[in-house]
Amino acid sequence: MSKLKLATVWLDGCSGCHMSILDMDERLLAIAEVVDIVYSPIVDTKDYPDAVDIALVEGAVASVDDERKIRKIRAHTKLLVAMGDCAITGNVPSMRNPIGPQAILDRAYIENASAQPQIPCVVVPQLLRVVRPIHEFVKVDVFLPGCPPSADTFHAALTALATGVPLDIPALTRFGA
Amino acid sequence: MNDAVEVKTLIIDEQEVSARRGQTILEVARENGIQIPTLCSLDGLSSVGACRMCLVEIKGSNKLLPACVATVYEGMEVTTNSERLQKYRRNILELLFAERNHICSVCVSNGHCELQTLGQQHGLTHVRLPYRNPDLHVDASHERFTVDHNRCVLCTRCVRVCAEIEGAHIWDVKGRGIDSIVITDLNQPWGESACTRCGKCVQVCPTGALFDKSKVGADHPKYPDFLPFLNMMREAQ
Repeated sequence: MSKLKLATVWLDGCSGCHMSILDMDERLLAIAEVVDIVYSPIVDTKDYPDAVDIALVEGAVASVDDERKIRKIRAHTKLLVAMGDCAITGNVPSMRNPIGPQAILDRAYIENASAQPQIPCVVVPQLLRVVRPIHEFVKVDVFLPGCPPSADTFHAALTALATGVPLDIPALTRFGA
Repeated sequence: MNDAVEVKTLIIDEQEVSARRGQTILEVARENGIQIPTLCSLDGLSSVGACRMCLVEIKGSNKLLPACVATVYEGMEVTTNSERLQKYRRNILELLFAERNHICSVCVSNGHCELQTLGQQHGLTHVRLPYRNPDLHVDASHERFTVDHNRCVLCTRCVRVCAEIEGAHIWDVKGRGIDSIVITDLNQPWGESACTRCGKCVQVCPTGALFDKSKVGADHPKYPDFLPFLNMMREAQ
């Protein structure tokens, strides 16, 4: 049997979920027996591949670029996993929602800038008015809450998803775990 | 069906139980080891039936009743945990999470929060409703405590403990419906109110809405268990 194609994606999050995946340590070797990582911040692939079996998506949708990415990911993925609280609730990135992007940009790049205050507008994607969880944009198959989900949670979840065993997520993790 | 009879017999979840006249369904269920989830209810305070987590089904009625305020009657048949009730309870929890800005990961009550625990117990892995993202303030004017309205679920435990137990009635609710908010005095900053600084409201708050400034990170368990003892000691006097 060929290995499952696994992608991991980093939208508006802190990369803590990815750190937690790496915290599986030597158990990663067992995971690598059954999956190939075809796209991830930790592998050198620029474009999202065509037929991905499982995608773990960290982070909320906060910019036009995030929105474009999550729609493309959904179109090319069999099983989409919302990984961590940012992807599921908006979490810390969504704390700007009541304030709005303009006030945040002004505070960061104008009020607190000591030299050449200016809001970046070239290359960097435009921020959306509100940060939203990924399931408000695309269908999500599995929700794995936590900030971040622990390495044990990832191990149990990935093992279950790779082998098709039922997964009791609330027994493993919760918001803020 | 004589209401003057002191002892009532009824059925809760197919279990025959007896109760005293005037007892609530919640009290009788707990005495018999049947768990009904609650959020606004707290042992030692009056009940208001605000959160609707404890809704139960009564045979012969299409109305759901809050077990914390509904009293028992002879021959009553109560169901506390049907699929329909579980669905409603999940809906209620999702509404609460969507209503204000509950960010568990940065909350002082992370790991000690009744809302978070109820979410986990009811299998909540995400909220299907769009978040409202209201612009709410944080009042840190008090020298010992802070109120963060982003985390308030309007259970009114703070209002009741301050009025009923401390006797100060500093807390109350302002506004209607979605605009409701807990206030101190006549909507003055907490630090400028006539607060007695007893801290009971902080201990009974089920979330991180009211917290002690000396606590950092998620290290803020709450201890509301003193309430029934306080009441018992007062009655004994």
